[in-house]
Amino acid sequence: MSTTAQTPLLSVRGVETYYGKIVALRGVDVDVNRGEIVTLIGANGAGKSTLMMTICGSPQARTGSVIYDGTDITMMPTHEIMRLGIAQSPEGRRIFPRMTVLENLQMGAQLVAPEHFDDDLRKVYELFPRLKERAGQRGGTLSGGEQQMLAIARALMSRPKLLLLDEPSLGLAPLIVKQIFEAVKELNRTEGLTVFLVEQNAFHALKLAHRGYVMVNGNITMSGTGAELLKREEVRAAYLEGGRH
Amino acid sequence: MSAVSTNVNPENSFQASIKDALLAAFLTGVLGFYFLALRTDIAPGGLAITTRWGLWLSAIAIVFAGRLLLNLFVWRTDKPITRGLASAGSGVGTALPDLGKWLGRVLFAFAVVLPFFFIIFFPAQQRQYIDLAILIMTYIMLGWGLNIVVGLAGLLDLGYVAFYAVGAYSFALLSTHFEFIGFWTALPLAGLLAAFWGLILGFPVLRLRGDYLAIVTLAFGEIIRVVLLNWYEFTGGPNGISGIPKPTFFGLEFSRGEGGFADFFGLEFSTIHRFVYLYYIIFLLAIITNIVTMRLRRLPVGRAWEALREDEIACRSLGINTTNTKLTAFAIGAMFGGFAGSFFATRQGFISPESFTFLESAIILAIVVLGGLGSQIGVVIASIVMIGGIEMLRNIGFLSQIFGPGFDPTQYRMLIFGLAMVLIMVWKPRGLVSTREPSAVLKEKKKIGADMVAQGEGH
Repeated sequence: MSTTAQTPLLSVRGVETYYGKIVALRGVDVDVNRGEIVTLIGANGAGKSTLMMTICGSPQARTGSVIYDGTDITMMPTHEIMRLGIAQSPEGRRIFPRMTVLENLQMGAQLVAPEHFDDDLRKVYELFPRLKERAGQRGGTLSGGEQQMLAIARALMSRPKLLLLDEPSLGLAPLIVKQIFEAVKELNRTEGLTVFLVEQNAFHALKLAHRGYVMVNGNITMSGTGAELLKREEVRAAYLEGGRH
Repeated sequence: MSAVSTNVNPENSFQASIKDALLAAFLTGVLGFYFLALRTDIAPGGLAITTRWGLWLSAIAIVFAGRLLLNLFVWRTDKPITRGLASAGSGVGTALPDLGKWLGRVLFAFAVVLPFFFIIFFPAQQRQYIDLAILIMTYIMLGWGLNIVVGLAGLLDLGYVAFYAVGAYSFALLSTHFEFIGFWTALPLAGLLAAFWGLILGFPVLRLRGDYLAIVTLAFGEIIRVVLLNWYEFTGGPNGISGIPKPTFFGLEFSRGEGGFADFFGLEFSTIHRFVYLYYIIFLLAIITNIVTMRLRRLPVGRAWEALREDEIACRSLGINTTNTKLTAFAIGAMFGGFAGSFFATRQGFISPESFTFLESAIILAIVVLGGLGSQIGVVIASIVMIGGIEMLRNIGFLSQIFGPGFDPTQYRMLIFGLAMVLIMVWKPRGLVSTREPSAVLKEKKKIGADMVAQGEGH
């Protein structure tokens, strides 16, 4: 940890991503250090999810590079990137609706040696006790909040070093959002899990994160610690005022 | 009474129902007048008009009565009788994990003794019945094979018959060109070749899903058939391949006289031996298909198939190689299709491209969909009903009295399939057996149950 603390775990350098001819990211630089919670905030269509997906290799960056733990993953296929210890809770949760909670979690553990399964399962059940109650229930019958918990738990089952969360608060009641953010904080504190969080819910995300980035129109316009960004006038005006949190 | 009638929706009143039925009857009268009441026949010197008032009036009466009954009991009532049907259906659905297991065991036990059951109880029709059982079993096997692709992996394949054809032709060509290759040697080869063709189909369609995938697989099925039809030198074209050897029992042929199966075991020769043997071959193949599928479902690859059906993007984000997952589904499904194909070839002794039309694909797919995507027992029930049921209609005497002496129910197979589809889609949109049994259950289920009860939380 101490020897590698200087180099970031994930380093995004000058990444430009296109959807056909439409440019979505215009040279983005983002660093995520080990043990950090880093958040990326921005308005709808700013390119937050695109950056998340570019890190995962779908779509791939046209220029620039994505370096994870010393490996250039820019042009790797998604499933191979995920095998390096990155786990993702994708936008819209995307749990498997006809499979049970337990089976969903099993899918998350697909890449991990089977002997870890019971331990890991116990851990995620401790983190989200609701999932234990619902273990035999089909994923599609869970409430939105439970589905989000399941999506995160499923990602955790792959024993990631870096957890990517894409809008975990989307469409959830404030209380549930709080629970989920608490769980993320807990994971970060106890396990040292590195988290990269994409959020529209700027207030909560900045309060949770060590550092944050603000994205506008495919560019990073501001960065700093969570507390700094919360105080910045531009951030308050654009993302926090008007009852947005 | 008046209090009740104020609560009743005016739409539901008796008068409204009668009015509606009268209107329908009137329309039938008008529309049917030229088709039913009048009939022109060729007569000397031109056409003669004969009237059929009886037919016309009965048609009107049937429409009136039918419409009225539907109005009163289904459409315009607060308690439609069909609601009972629907809830009965869903009741079966929820009780199914246990019922399905139980039903599966009973069907399996019956299938084991089936040929002897027919020999003992229906000696006059034993050959016909065993033949029918073989046919049903073939479709069960095909249904199970396709279930891997469509039911588990969620890849809609309209050209499954192509692999059936590849299997059949592989065996036919191998066994007619090389004498030393018998059924049991050719069977794995045919399966491998079919799996290989599954991969060949799989590669170009990897990026496709849903409708697009369905169209390409449909085209693939047709390409295989057209190639078989036109590659005259190799496949015999429309003449097909005949003289395909029958399977042997450890080298014993099912023939009369010295060295035959009956002679070796000191039995009296009977043609039924071969049918019983064929039945057990396809039974064994089908059971292997089922066991392999059930086993795979619990392994990572099978779980990946199901996850792929649910959400492809989520699969990739969990590190699943979707390319390989799709290809294995296509290849394994195709392999079982190939096994069934070589069985078909040896049973018939003759194959031609005519046996591998799109209609076959449609029937197999219909069986899988009607049975409930991904359900193994559903495929069995659907095969028995759709294949066996229709064959059985042939034997029912009164049908030909109603529909005329030339009535052949198998001609109406597609019509009945269609009707069954519509009914199933209305009442059980996810197929007969729509519950999906989880492939993983809590290992400590009982322990938790006991804890819960001890704390007074169990129910």
